[in-house]
Amino acid sequence: MNAIISIFKKELKSIFYSPIAYVIGAVILGLAGYFFSVNLFVSRIADLTGVFMNLGVVLIFTVPALTMKLLAGEEQAGTMEFLLTSPISVFQLIIGKYLASLVFFLFITAFTLIYPGILFALSAPDSGIIIVSYIGFLLLVASYISVGLLCSSLTTSQVVASISSFGVLLLLWVSSWLSSNTSGILSSFIKTLSMSEHYMDFLRGIIDTSHLVYFVSIILVSLTLSAINISRHTCS
Amino acid sequence: MIELSNVTKKYGNKIAISNISFFVKNGEILGLLGPNGAGKSTTMRIITGYLAPTSGIVKVAGFDMAKQPVLAKRHIGYLPENPPIYKDMTVYEYLNFAGELKGLKGKEKARRVSKVIEEVGIGDVKNRLIGRLSRGYKQRTGLAQALVSDPDVLILDEPTVGLDPQQITEIRQLIKSLSGKRTVILSSHILPEVSSLCHRVAIINKGNLIAENTPQNLGKSLMGHHKVVIQAKGSNDKILEILSNLSGIESVEVSKVLNDNLCEYTIESEMDKDVREQLFYAMANNNFPILEMRSYVMSLEDIFLQLVTEEPVISAKPQWEAGKTK
Repeated sequence: MNAIISIFKKELKSIFYSPIAYVIGAVILGLAGYFFSVNLFVSRIADLTGVFMNLGVVLIFTVPALTMKLLAGEEQAGTMEFLLTSPISVFQLIIGKYLASLVFFLFITAFTLIYPGILFALSAPDSGIIIVSYIGFLLLVASYISVGLLCSSLTTSQVVASISSFGVLLLLWVSSWLSSNTSGILSSFIKTLSMSEHYMDFLRGIIDTSHLVYFVSIILVSLTLSAINISRHTCS
Repeated sequence: MIELSNVTKKYGNKIAISNISFFVKNGEILGLLGPNGAGKSTTMRIITGYLAPTSGIVKVAGFDMAKQPVLAKRHIGYLPENPPIYKDMTVYEYLNFAGELKGLKGKEKARRVSKVIEEVGIGDVKNRLIGRLSRGYKQRTGLAQALVSDPDVLILDEPTVGLDPQQITEIRQLIKSLSGKRTVILSSHILPEVSSLCHRVAIINKGNLIAENTPQNLGKSLMGHHKVVIQAKGSNDKILEILSNLSGIESVEVSKVLNDNLCEYTIESEMDKDVREQLFYAMANNNFPILEMRSYVMSLEDIFLQLVTEEPVISAKPQWEAGKTK
């Protein structure tokens, strides 16, 4: 537990020390503000569905920019040797790093709370949908980060890690497009794989166990595979 | 304290180290020597648990690295070839982080961190970002990291690289002062460093352990006989006659002619026989003054070169010739 906290603190510090974090924060929040205002002025409906849907896409581009360095960066800097020869388990290393990135995105997400605030000040939006949307959004972010971490564990190059996680996330997002042109088991399988399908229900205010299971599975599988990857060549 | 038995590491088909076994006692300093790419770093990485061996067993402080890695790693301080530093951390933050990972807490951590900062002499840069430090300070910070938990076992991969001569002396002094309490394995290219610091030397070439002994014994076993070099004044022929008539002497040759009346002679005797006294009286009785006499001891450089160059010559030649005849 202590090791997880040490890794977590160190990682969070290094995220906030790096300019990349501020650029990512600015891009996400800037675009969120734009989506929110356009949505509000054009449709004049007090809901955040459009904002959350678009942010889901924006994060496909921005999450890999942060997660790419989590493990590949350590390899590149030669500090992985230091971490893996310390008396900690790979599991602790992975969890510490994962939680630090998650907290960073939670921090950014906290700034978006201003939008529901504005909606509540101006009218009476459906608070249930907004709360469930936030739950869905956080699950989405948490899954994105785990996929980014997995890609970062596969390579020593940060660029490769970033581009590959971007590709995987985008594919998971758009895989539902194919489901309308297929039928039967294949169609439902593709639909089940698609992140946007699962995410969409949250934005409609629906909490379905199958969606929870989907996101939690993505997170657990990605984290486990990352740990296996890192410990493949070492004694841990 | 450290035990390797039949450790082999393969990368695909390439064998990085093959069947290496050795044992390092408590409190001993073992020097790892070998040309570039011989497998020194691989060996060290396997001992520290960073790499898992393809086969074989590594035990540190009684713990099997494959079965109880966390317990084994708790005893190890490791300085890799390139100091594993975070450029965006200050020296102080970094050492605290390293201490935490190694299980130090609270006051004990603070005490150890300030102690190592003092020991390796980085007090005046402790609040600076590591990325801004010179190579020597980075290296020392890396060394401080290895020492921070006060480990029983230190694995140092070329610890004095990048340091200036004064720092090298200081770090060597530090390593020397650590022995006795701690078991140290260090690799180096600087042979005098190894011979002055290490109790024992292991020479690795092309992934094989080709020799392992104290520096003195290595020299003796390779030379096979005792050599004395003298400079003596007088008629060359007569001196040679006197020398070759002495008992216990195997061969005499003129190794250098300085002028008509002054030559240098290399005298080989049986291994266990010291002929220097006998030599002195024989020459003195015949009125041939000895101007200089020295025992020829094989330096670690000679040992290293002899051991390392022997092998590739033998194994490389037939391959090349075989290729040609085809």
